[in-house]
Amino acid sequence: MSHFLDRLLFFRENLDTFSGKHGVVRREDRAWENAYRDRWNHDKVVRSTHGVNCTGSCSWKIYVKNGLITWETQQTDYPRTRADLPNHEPRGCPRGASYSWYVYSAQRIKYPLVRARLMALWRDARKTRPPVEAWASIVEDTGKREQYTSIRGQGGFVRATWDEVTELIAAANVYTIQRHGPDRIAGFTPIPAMSMVSFASGTRYLSLIGGVIPSFYDWYADLPPSSPQVWGEQTDVCEAADWYNSSYIIVWGSNIPQTRTPDAHFYTAARYKGAKTVAVAPDFAEYVKFADLWLAPRRGTDAALAMALGHVILKEFHLTARSPYFLDYCRQYSDMPMLVFLRPAGDGYEPGRFVRASDFDDHLGETNNVEWKTVMVDEATGRLCVPHGSIGFRWREKGHWNLDLVDSMTGHRMTPALSVLPQAEEIVSVAFPYFADDHPPVLRHLVQARRLSTVHGDRLVVTAYDLLLASYGLDRGLGDDQAAQDYDQDLPYTPAWAEKHTGVPRRQIIRLAREFAENAEKTRGRSLVIVGNGINQWYHTDMIYRAIINVLVMCGCVGRSGGGWAHYVGQEKVRPLAGWTTVAFALDWVRPPRHMNGTSFFYSHTDQWRYESLRPAETLSPTAKDDPDADAAHIIDWNVRAERRGWLPSAPQLSKNPLDVVTEADAAGMHPVEHTVERLRTGALSMASEDPDHPKNFIRNLFIWRSNLLGSSAKGHEYFLKHLLGAAHGVLAPDLKEQESPLPREVVWRDEAPTGKLDLLVTLDFRMSSTCLYSDVVLPSATWYEKDDLNTSDMHPFIHPLCEAVNPLWESKADWDIYKEIARKFSELAGPVLGTRKDLVLTPLLHDTPSELGQATTADDWKRGDCEAIPGKTMPNMTLVTRPYGETYDRFIALGPLTRDLGTGAKGIVWDSKEEVEALGRVNGEVSPDNREPYPKLETARHAAQTILTLAPETNGHVAVKAWDALSQRTGRSHKHLAEGRAEERFTFDDLVAQPRKVISSPTWSGIESEKVSYSGSYTNVQELIPWRTLTGRQQLYQDHPWMRLFGEQVCAYKPPVDTRSVEAFRRHMKDGDGNFLVVSWITPHQKWGIHTTYSETSPMLTLSRGGPIVWLAEAEAREAGIRDNDWIEIVNANGALVARAILSQRIPRGVAMMYHAQDKIINMPLAPATGRRGGIHNSVTRIVLKPTHMIGGYAHLAYGYNYYGTVGTNRDEMVVVRKLDRVTWDVDPVRPDAHARVI
Amino acid sequence: MKVRAQVAMVMNLDKCIGCHTCSITCKNVWTSREGMEYVWFNNVETKPGVGYPHEWENQERWNGGWQRKGNGTIEPKQGARWRILTNIFSNPNLPQLDDYYEPFTFDYDTLQRAPESPMVPTARPKSIITGEVKDKIDGGPNWEDDLGGESAERLKDVNADGIDPDLLASFENTFLFYLPRLCEHCLNPTCVASCPSGSIYKREEDGIVLVDQDKCRGWRMCVSGCPYKKIYYNWHTGKAEKCTFCYPRIESGQPTICSETCVGRLRYLGVMLYDADRIEKAASVEQEQDLYEAQLGLFLDPKDPAVQMQARQDGIPDNWLEAAKRSPIYKMAVEWRLAFPLHPEYRTLPMVWYIPPLSPAAGSVENAAPEPDGLPDTSSLRIPVRYLANLLTAGNEEPIVRALDRLLAMRRYMRKKDMGDDAALLLPSVGLSESQIEEMYRYLAIADYEDRYVIPTSHQEAMSHSFDDQGSCGFSADSRFSEGVTGASLFAGKERSNAQFISVDEIRRGNRRP
Repeated sequence: MSHFLDRLLFFRENLDTFSGKHGVVRREDRAWENAYRDRWNHDKVVRSTHGVNCTGSCSWKIYVKNGLITWETQQTDYPRTRADLPNHEPRGCPRGASYSWYVYSAQRIKYPLVRARLMALWRDARKTRPPVEAWASIVEDTGKREQYTSIRGQGGFVRATWDEVTELIAAANVYTIQRHGPDRIAGFTPIPAMSMVSFASGTRYLSLIGGVIPSFYDWYADLPPSSPQVWGEQTDVCEAADWYNSSYIIVWGSNIPQTRTPDAHFYTAARYKGAKTVAVAPDFAEYVKFADLWLAPRRGTDAALAMALGHVILKEFHLTARSPYFLDYCRQYSDMPMLVFLRPAGDGYEPGRFVRASDFDDHLGETNNVEWKTVMVDEATGRLCVPHGSIGFRWREKGHWNLDLVDSMTGHRMTPALSVLPQAEEIVSVAFPYFADDHPPVLRHLVQARRLSTVHGDRLVVTAYDLLLASYGLDRGLGDDQAAQDYDQDLPYTPAWAEKHTGVPRRQIIRLAREFAENAEKTRGRSLVIVGNGINQWYHTDMIYRAIINVLVMCGCVGRSGGGWAHYVGQEKVRPLAGWTTVAFALDWVRPPRHMNGTSFFYSHTDQWRYESLRPAETLSPTAKDDPDADAAHIIDWNVRAERRGWLPSAPQLSKNPLDVVTEADAAGMHPVEHTVERLRTGALSMASEDPDHPKNFIRNLFIWRSNLLGSSAKGHEYFLKHLLGAAHGVLAPDLKEQESPLPREVVWRDEAPTGKLDLLVTLDFRMSSTCLYSDVVLPSATWYEKDDLNTSDMHPFIHPLCEAVNPLWESKADWDIYKEIARKFSELAGPVLGTRKDLVLTPLLHDTPSELGQATTADDWKRGDCEAIPGKTMPNMTLVTRPYGETYDRFIALGPLTRDLGTGAKGIVWDSKEEVEALGRVNGEVSPDNREPYPKLETARHAAQTILTLAPETNGHVAVKAWDALSQRTGRSHKHLAEGRAEERFTFDDLVAQPRKVISSPTWSGIESEKVSYSGSYTNVQELIPWRTLTGRQQLYQDHPWMRLFGEQVCAYKPPVDTRSVEAFRRHMKDGDGNFLVVSWITPHQKWGIHTTYSETSPMLTLSRGGPIVWLAEAEAREAGIRDNDWIEIVNANGALVARAILSQRIPRGVAMMYHAQDKIINMPLAPATGRRGGIHNSVTRIVLKPTHMIGGYAHLAYGYNYYGTVGTNRDEMVVVRKLDRVTWDVDPVRPDAHARVI
Repeated sequence: MKVRAQVAMVMNLDKCIGCHTCSITCKNVWTSREGMEYVWFNNVETKPGVGYPHEWENQERWNGGWQRKGNGTIEPKQGARWRILTNIFSNPNLPQLDDYYEPFTFDYDTLQRAPESPMVPTARPKSIITGEVKDKIDGGPNWEDDLGGESAERLKDVNADGIDPDLLASFENTFLFYLPRLCEHCLNPTCVASCPSGSIYKREEDGIVLVDQDKCRGWRMCVSGCPYKKIYYNWHTGKAEKCTFCYPRIESGQPTICSETCVGRLRYLGVMLYDADRIEKAASVEQEQDLYEAQLGLFLDPKDPAVQMQARQDGIPDNWLEAAKRSPIYKMAVEWRLAFPLHPEYRTLPMVWYIPPLSPAAGSVENAAPEPDGLPDTSSLRIPVRYLANLLTAGNEEPIVRALDRLLAMRRYMRKKDMGDDAALLLPSVGLSESQIEEMYRYLAIADYEDRYVIPTSHQEAMSHSFDDQGSCGFSADSRFSEGVTGASLFAGKERSNAQFISVDEIRRGNRRP
């Protein structure tokens, strides 16, 4: 029956009219309204979230209707803040809201996929051989191997069964361990906080078998090296709610609305509470909309702006008017009062190292770690003091590692003298390097110094504060003609000088400095700088950040709620860290794991070093050419030296299978460690990194999960394709030989570069990313709505779960179950082939362990003969571990005995965990492999999550009290009051399912969870007098390591962007008359329509953007180059090329091409004429360049930690050529349309 | 006086971060199906810009909304009834697909299924309409996001009238803000008046305007009649659909999807009482710049005992009257005069209102004449007041200046307080008391969920056979979105007798159906 007839059944009646007769009231049937009600109805709502590195960590409602995941909306049930603070609901963003698109889309991976050619080889080999031999028969046959490696990325997948594919992977792993060593197997997965259990699944497997786990936070250049440099802390920042407590906010290179979407409301609402907001941004970015003032410095000149702010603040608040709040803060909480030697140099002096207790005959009364205790002067008595809290007090003694202003010698209270001025005896000229080209390379400032009698004789000393003031070009009444008398003088670092470099008017700079400092003084530090990727990804990131941090320390803002430094790049905060590391790195069974710094790893194994165009001479300080390490011929030389000295990790570790190294030592009747040291010393054995292109040192098997490494973060994407994968690529750059550059001193050069180093690339994902396309095996993982997991962020204090709304669809499995299956198959195959082996594991001198006290005042190299080769002191630690390979699966699914026997810990403290292990046995149940003792089960993701929650202080109040007690042992101060009120709280997974929980204060972090203050980094350092984990125990603005001097970074300086020569090298390929083009800076900030590549390929996000790769250009500039809005353009330099459409906009400054980060080439990407290959990703035109100061190690805060310190993959300094494409080509015809049919 | 109640919305554009979460969650629930691909009941536009569909605000082109005739009465701009009927088969005012955009998807399948190929596979775009591969996508519902596109094109924006275009287009003077849009659920909806089938109605109980999917015949006169272009044609069912204000949620006291998922926390929902008898008069005032005040004049003070008495007589339930007293909309629109109707000159008396945005100081800081506390004053803001007035007050700048002054006064007051200084300053000049400022702060800054959304539940018990429905509601075998054919309905035979009212002038009333 038609509706029309339906209608006739009803008699319509006008009940009433209104507004004259303009309106009428009728009585009609409205049953049709149920139609929309029916759409809204649903069967259930399940709590989950998105395991994506966005820092949002938002809890969502997942709606299931008719058995289908239909849509999602944000949860609104976070525990409330407090009456005077906005609440968190509804955290979320459009990307998260579109996740349900993936679940049933054609982009979803439904079955295991294998590259057809490999599948054919494998099936063929397996007809006659057992699995491990079958794998050997493929990879040892160059022809066979190349059959599938050379075609990587070019389609041709076939479906496989789980049984078949796990057998292939396990066979490859077993063979690789046997033939090359376990450290030739690696697994890349980033950002545990986004889904801790899924991360842990693969790393637990790899840690059990001895595989390598490269880091990510540093590789992403999300790690700000300035943070460990100044605070000895990876990154610890305020939660977003604390912005609301600020009254002056500078947002600097952090696009809050776009990239911190769920937190942005704290920024927008803080204005209503009266906060002034200032945006520093090159373009009219989204966050500028909310600013009261917009400053737009030129590309890469942010440090110049910050240095000028410091210049004004020091002059007006430290010298002219002496702010008591600022000065008291600096005395107690910064290294400014610490004494520093002046070192003779030429006609004058240069800044030297910190004075130590060991520099005096009597060691100033100290006996323990005297080389690691810094010295200051008591202002009241004028006497030298060894104040509590420096790193020497942290290890091998108890009770004095604190920031109480007590002289360790006398036990009396003291007042740190900020300057030696009252006791100064001489005025001397001190050299400071200068790196821009508008002033001489060495600036000489007059400084008043004091003479001290030391074991080295009479020596001149100043305080770090004296050096700081001099370095900012401030005259202290000495007639220093290189110091500025007024702000209009063009001398570093005046506002006039900064105006010249940044383009920001000096009056704006002066006004900003004054307002910021006035606000800080009046509010005791509630001035805040929010920083981000926009300024962190420059090569000289640490100079930019340190220049800003200096300002914050000068103004007493760090450690104050509402103030300080807030760096939000990467979801780095795994709140229940101690519980998670236990599970993730199998610390319950075997220690230590093989961690590697990702940047050096990829620099080496993708052979980007072979194309290095930054010359060592360009990075060295003009004042430090005499350093013995200044002779490096190539940046990689410093990296190898750092690895050799135990500063950085290395992977693979030795030039030989570490299992065989032990066997050989055993055969020789020597201890494997002694044997290895001896053979390294004699050169019979070397570090693998000294010959990365030798086949024995290749990484052979690589797992990637929870990541689209190749489509997103692979800086130097084309180099990955060429060397690591052996795939078609777009590298156009000349190598060192072709550049006629010097070859490295420390690394073997092979004229022929290897291609296709990997035997096997396995990727787990729910969507077909570029990484999947290039993989040999693709395993379908459950989506975030189909698995159980945990999620935290630094942006808010809650922990909450991912939950299984429906069971994994098609043949997908949760990551935990995938690795469990691989472990099961591996054990089966490895038992008979490998048995139980002993493995020698090399680890660097790790931060937060006693080994961070490496070389106190030197940078000696045992290989150069400077010193003895001593593992754990002048070279890596070496640990012998046993690996019963056949028991890998049994270990994977059980919480092993070491947690019970050795306890749990984080950041240098350890506490007992026996009670928690017992409790876990009751909660998870127990498993007794081979009828041995029972262990708590780790069979399921929920078991793993529950284990993390039970072991971690943040989620178990009882543990929190134990952990604070453990810290009290070191500090001699009681801290457990911070957790006692919550001692009885223990979160279970089900508790989190019911509602997100606010975590419990723990010594793992420097902020506290309280009903009175918001979480804020460095809060306990200031309030509880817990030292920062630096050499001086204070916020350390002065860096005295020999390599900091080598590169001129003892004090902060302005360093312009480096020249990567990528455009210069490409332009040799260009012909005259190649037409119109632009040469512009390549800026790749985080995007609006995806979180990295995730979501970016979904139809909803592509519809709201422009449907595929886009690059923003300045409207007027682009039109001059003949480019109009929505034109196809090619972006190219020597590293490779990509194609995109142009968006012309008035909001973009000239000189910049802005491609929002991570638009994968799987969508709408034509061929790039320059390379003849499919245009690439934003990283097709980048190549990483390492910074040697990030390689320093074994030096208190400058010591390696996984994702804590190490080389960072900066990518911001590149330039590109942009030119219009009149037409595009796609070339989608298959070469061999029958290829996959043939195998099936 | 005839008192009616409506759930209305305010959006604080000053807090909008342009994230589009509202658009996505709305689309997921309501318009992610065949025939509706190009439809966004809720969308967000970057201003200045011409929006979606292209230049929707240009009524010289689209003839949406009402116009006032010489005799002082109003009629739809697209013409009176005779004109509408003439145009049924060739409506010159109807936007075409390209005025929205051609919806597209991608050949995702190829990524997994591609055979060995010379190049790495890439998923090329395809038109959802034609299924053909597209070489280049050239339009979308948010093409100008964050000022994307050449300024000459974007500045066809009618709100830029009277502002120097060279000034608007320069890097140094750049400004932007976001305008989230949905159906205005007008008091005087042109769509209702334009429908030849009489299928559009405004619900008496809550003011929500709906297209009856049983009755709609797909004439699309509502599409051209609506000046906001917020009614869409579903090409699959052949019927018009529009934002339903999420009535299945509103009825149960929940905010609309777009509101609840608004991450910027800038949306507010609350009850407004108004005098339905004065609608035509208010919509017909002579001067366009008086329409804002005229609409304000319709709103009734929920605390006024006379209003309450009349409201009860007119059948407004007590819980609605209580909600009206706590309505954030009333506070923002009437008490504080912070919020304004979108393009009041369309004479539809829209019920989604907007607080205008602040912006950074214009040009260089020297021009900004900073106040001693470092905060800017209204005259130094980057967004021209004229632009905001063109958008929200038919060009009258005075109310916009007052609203911006009040936002800044609140900031200044709170800053003093936060710094421990005497805060009672400047207040007389902006016409607000200290307690009003404090309350404004609470609503705008703290903005708790229960303050943002004050939504009384509906009285279904009075409108349905509630005892029967309790056991049977949800059972349905018919498909209400089918193309005109109805199967057996579990509801058949049960007469629905819900009161509704339809705004349509009397001349048309007699001939509503062919």
